[in-house]
Amino acid sequence: MIGGLFIYNHKGEVLISRVYRDDIGRNAVDAFRVNVIHARQQVRSPVSNIARTSFFHVKRSNIWLAAVTKQNVNATMVFEFLYKMCDVMAAYFGKISEENVKNNFVLIYELLDEILDFGYPQNSETGALKTFITQQGIKSQHHSKEEQSQITSQVTGQIGWRREGIKYRRNELFLDVLESVNLLMSPQGQVLSAHVSGRVVMKSYLSGMPECKFGMNDKIVIDKQGKTGSTEDGAKSGKQSIAIDDCTFHQCVRLSKFDSERSISFIPPDGDYELMRYRTTKDIILPFRVIPLVREVGRTKLEVKVVIKSNFKSSLLAQKIEVRIPTPLNTSGVQLICMKGKAKYKASENAIVWKVKRMAGMKESQISAEIELLPTNDKKKWARPPISMNFEVPFAPSGLKVRYLKVFEPKLNYSDHDVIKWVRYIGRSGIYETRC
Amino acid sequence: MTDSKYFTTTKKGEIFELKAELNSDKKEKKKEAVKKVIASMTVGKDVSALFPDVVNCMQTDNLELKKLVYLYLMNYAKSQPDMAIMAVNTFVKDCEDPNPLIRALAVRTMGCIRVDKITEYLCEPLRKCLKDEDPYVRKTAAVCVAKLHDINAQLVEDQGFLDTLKDLISDSNPMVVANAVAALSEIAESHPNSNLLDLNPQTINKLLTALNECTEWGQIFILDCLANYTPRDDRESQSICERVTPRLSHANSAVVLSAVKVLMKFMEMLPKDLDYYGTLLKKLAPPLVTLLSAEPELQYVALRNINLIVQRRPEILKHEMKVFFVKYNDPIYVKLEKLDIMIRLASQANIAQVLAELKEYATEVDVDFVRKAVRAIGRCAIKVEQSAERCVSTLLDLIQTKVNYVVQEAIVVIKDIFRKYPNKYESVIATLCENLDSLDEPEARAAMIWIVGEYAERIDNADELLESFLEGFHDESTQVQLQLLTAIVKLFLKKPTETQELVQQVLSLATQDSDNPDLRDRGYIYWRLLSTDPVAAKEVVLAEKPLISEETDLIEPTLLEELICHIGTLASVYHKPPSAFVEGSRGVQHKRLPGSAGSGESVESPDTGSAAGVSEAPPAVIPSQGDLLEDLLNLDLTPPTTTGPPPPASSGMQMGAMDLLGGGLDSLLGGDLGGGPAMGTGFGAPPAAMPASFNVPVSGGLDDLFDLGGGVGMPMGVFNPPKTVWLPAMKAKGLEISGTFVRRAGVIQMEMTLTNKAMSVMTDFAIQFNRNSFGLAPAGPLQVLTPLSPNQSIEAALPLSTVGPVMKMEPLNNLQVAVKNNIDVFYFSCQYPISMLFAEDGKMERQVFLATWKDIPNDNESQFQIKDCHLNSDAASNKLQGSNIFTIAKRTVEGQDMLYQSMKLTNGIWVLAELRVQAGNPNYTISLKCRAPEVSQCVFQNYEMVLKN
Repeated sequence: MIGGLFIYNHKGEVLISRVYRDDIGRNAVDAFRVNVIHARQQVRSPVSNIARTSFFHVKRSNIWLAAVTKQNVNATMVFEFLYKMCDVMAAYFGKISEENVKNNFVLIYELLDEILDFGYPQNSETGALKTFITQQGIKSQHHSKEEQSQITSQVTGQIGWRREGIKYRRNELFLDVLESVNLLMSPQGQVLSAHVSGRVVMKSYLSGMPECKFGMNDKIVIDKQGKTGSTEDGAKSGKQSIAIDDCTFHQCVRLSKFDSERSISFIPPDGDYELMRYRTTKDIILPFRVIPLVREVGRTKLEVKVVIKSNFKSSLLAQKIEVRIPTPLNTSGVQLICMKGKAKYKASENAIVWKVKRMAGMKESQISAEIELLPTNDKKKWARPPISMNFEVPFAPSGLKVRYLKVFEPKLNYSDHDVIKWVRYIGRSGIYETRC
Repeated sequence: MTDSKYFTTTKKGEIFELKAELNSDKKEKKKEAVKKVIASMTVGKDVSALFPDVVNCMQTDNLELKKLVYLYLMNYAKSQPDMAIMAVNTFVKDCEDPNPLIRALAVRTMGCIRVDKITEYLCEPLRKCLKDEDPYVRKTAAVCVAKLHDINAQLVEDQGFLDTLKDLISDSNPMVVANAVAALSEIAESHPNSNLLDLNPQTINKLLTALNECTEWGQIFILDCLANYTPRDDRESQSICERVTPRLSHANSAVVLSAVKVLMKFMEMLPKDLDYYGTLLKKLAPPLVTLLSAEPELQYVALRNINLIVQRRPEILKHEMKVFFVKYNDPIYVKLEKLDIMIRLASQANIAQVLAELKEYATEVDVDFVRKAVRAIGRCAIKVEQSAERCVSTLLDLIQTKVNYVVQEAIVVIKDIFRKYPNKYESVIATLCENLDSLDEPEARAAMIWIVGEYAERIDNADELLESFLEGFHDESTQVQLQLLTAIVKLFLKKPTETQELVQQVLSLATQDSDNPDLRDRGYIYWRLLSTDPVAAKEVVLAEKPLISEETDLIEPTLLEELICHIGTLASVYHKPPSAFVEGSRGVQHKRLPGSAGSGESVESPDTGSAAGVSEAPPAVIPSQGDLLEDLLNLDLTPPTTTGPPPPASSGMQMGAMDLLGGGLDSLLGGDLGGGPAMGTGFGAPPAAMPASFNVPVSGGLDDLFDLGGGVGMPMGVFNPPKTVWLPAMKAKGLEISGTFVRRAGVIQMEMTLTNKAMSVMTDFAIQFNRNSFGLAPAGPLQVLTPLSPNQSIEAALPLSTVGPVMKMEPLNNLQVAVKNNIDVFYFSCQYPISMLFAEDGKMERQVFLATWKDIPNDNESQFQIKDCHLNSDAASNKLQGSNIFTIAKRTVEGQDMLYQSMKLTNGIWVLAELRVQAGNPNYTISLKCRAPEVSQCVFQNYEMVLKN
């Protein structure tokens, strides 16, 4: 299991060092600094073995988190734990920066004591942790006996993510379908790979221990229902349903029920959480198409023309559109003409960045650029990195629709109808690239 | 309030000031001071001098302060054991506190205080906490048992904590169950033979129930534990799989991968024609693909695992090629891994897409990545015949770019393409020759030289080309030197008239002016071959080469099986068994996959053939370890010095060498035979018989060659333990020695790898043994001829005799060794398998056996159990025979096979054995009878080792 956990600043100075196992000595702290943080080359692997000790690291802005072990640990678990640790710290004190880590080092030690025992991860749900690990460090002593046992049963219980006795005057929930659409297209406009990775993120303010059921236009469910109706209906509804390649759920969702009935039922955590993640690859609506045209004019000039076409209902508006056209390292000057928005050549980033604030569906826009090159004797050809694009659209490119979210709380005096529900769809670009 | 100020105090006299503050009456000031102490501790300052003062702050009702003091205690208790005892009272008191959080805190902390005197005081509180009414305390106490076991295993057993821990598996709280499982698994790992984690259908059922209810981390502990279970039959296996599959939808990747591990393992037991088997295969693909949308570090771990899964069951992901396409912004470690998997998944169906991608990658920036992409194009050519032509033309395009490393990489792969498709693409040789001058990497130079040698008859100026390399012969790396030597010999055999001078030159360079033993050996062999029988030489050197394999870098099947059992763990990331990177007893246990259903008899060799490759035929892995014989035929370009087995010091060879030197150059073509008789017969062997030796599992280097000639084949399946580290570099000023013992044709050898991990050159090696139980002693000096430079490894084989002074050791097979070099003398001890001492003439006559068995008093008989051995009696008998344990008779009574076996130790002691094997029962019973009963334990261990490997 995890033998120790260290946090370093960008210089490699150790900010937190917690050792759980006897086989990890103080020299491990230095070994990582010397061999990884101070190493000249770029990091070639997130797992390194130095002197028969294995180091797992992740980086958050300038801060390095490293878990150390001498055993054959579950590597996936170690990384999952490191991310979780980052989440927990962020939930307590915001951004993970050197200053924040130093300001909260006592708290961090307290957390590390609680969520890792002898290197075994324990309950790390912030909701539960916040009930007894507080920044003041005083609250814990004033718990009554009932409160104490409530805390411990929550931390160890079946529903570790929610405590009992939550009350809201207004029962309300917010449901966001956030999708990121990824594309890799060939210069000729052929889709090399495309997929949507989506998340259903919720904020729930519900009283008691509500039982929720979430429904969407999952092809498998719809087809099952379609079988009972006429075949024509099935074909019709088939169009609106989507094929989900795979999905994963928050630990509150009853997985065995999903496996057998494909129904998503759960008792939600209080406040923010991510209910599910999913991935689709079929029938994706690609919101934009990028058509590049690059022409080399002699050895010192490039002509680039890029057309973007929006491919969705004309009543909808895409926002925050940004097209990034890479330029060669020996670029000396760039002249730009664009029909819409603003374009700029950023020498430090070796790219032309074209920004358009808004664009409606079924439209088209164009940028042309003349790139002057310095003559070089460098034999190596320019690698022509792909043109990438960013945007945000108010629909789900996968076609996912929320059909219902039902709330039952038999013990308390409110019904499904009394809950105010908000649903929102946001589609963003993930890695949306076209080769040129 | 910010805490960062605590990090800034660096002035002198700080300790003194802190001391005063710690003893202050004001609570706030005390707390401030403790925080400063912890901050100093974090940055590595020694604040142990404040021990008594900090411990004094322990008695407080401020929980935050208490936790800080505990943190300090955990760090320094070991260095101040006497003072630490002051803390015991507080711990005991806290364990009785009405607040469960404080009780748990106390039990959690005290387990981390590694002071013997203290641990004893803590047994009572721990016992209470294990039965606490609050689950939070119980789950903490469960982990504490594992901590205590790590400090003092005996104490834990004596106090009966293990039983209490086992009871917790039935606890009503899922988190307590999970932690108990984690603790028990860890303890069981250090007791490989204990039946601690008594997994049976009832406990499995409990675990599966808890699986649905506990935290994500608990699910991982439980799944990892489940993976160690072997279901009784395919139905149980299927029902467990059914209950595990829902985990594939968990948001935590570790839960997913651990579930994949359980499924991959239990699938082995399902009949392939079962519907459920197909369903399961389909269910595995989507979650694996989803892992690739996780954070890059997790992607990396997932990809390393997918690499294993694809090798074991290629059908799972064969349609998912696209998801492994490299993204421009992927970190380099993700890119390289994806590329690996792309090559593995390449097939006729997707080759066009794959090639288009690879061509893109070959223009990227990262050198390693580009090289790998170029190499991948070559691999595709070899794997998918239909694409070979396009691959070759793509490679030629890349050569035209003249980017140095691209050209070199391309030449290396083209060499393999020539091997795979002889007489097809030789037209490109001219283009390759144009780039001769730009090659500066050994591998590329060696590949080019191979091509020139192989096609010498088609290249008009082959002799000029090779001669140009010869000028700087001594500056070349070993790999190139070996290749050049062979290429020139090939050239000579093809065009003998013009190249006689050239071949003489290279042979003398290799044999007289080089201090590399491999080069010299190869030189002498060619020399002798050429001088003895040029026709035979032609047949050997220009022999038809065996087919090249389609797959590269395939993991050897048994290792792959073991790694599949370690999915998700570090072993699967490193692609090495845990024993390769874990110290001590943990993880040394080798795991293996269960046998498939309905093939109870043949379980010993789970159908690795059909599973490892797409086709039925087992893929021939391109050997990365140079078998010397293959080296001679030049099938391998890696220098044998780094990985190959050490060439055994053969006296025949040495004699021959001396002779040759004496004979001088004139003997080259003169037909002067000289040399020992062994040599003569060795080389006289018909070359047709040679390929047979490729199957000999233990490559014996030169010995093999001689053995073939003499008609003495190596017994199949001899088990030699792998090398283990005997002397770690830390203990020997940078000298690391790993080694093993082998017995080959009656000669015991100690094979060692000496590695210099220090900064300076090591010379003057010598070795000596302490007196030992069987009189083992070096039969000659330690042959380390060349100085060992930093970061270099050298193989040394030391023949042993058994006539040295005798002294009984404990354990019996212990050997204490002293190694000297120019730096110091170092001591280590190692244990040799007793089978090294089993003589070849250990087969007793039946009658004698019966009489001896009766004659030995029953008191001398000892009985042992060998657990989990899935061989049938015949296979076991064959395996044992390889270690000179001879089966004299076999009797079958009521479905039970009784094997009667004998073995003879080098000092004349006979050991008689009766091995009982029952079909379907993996547990063997063995009775050993011997006049010197003290060897029985050793012999038993040896049985176990041989049978399980």
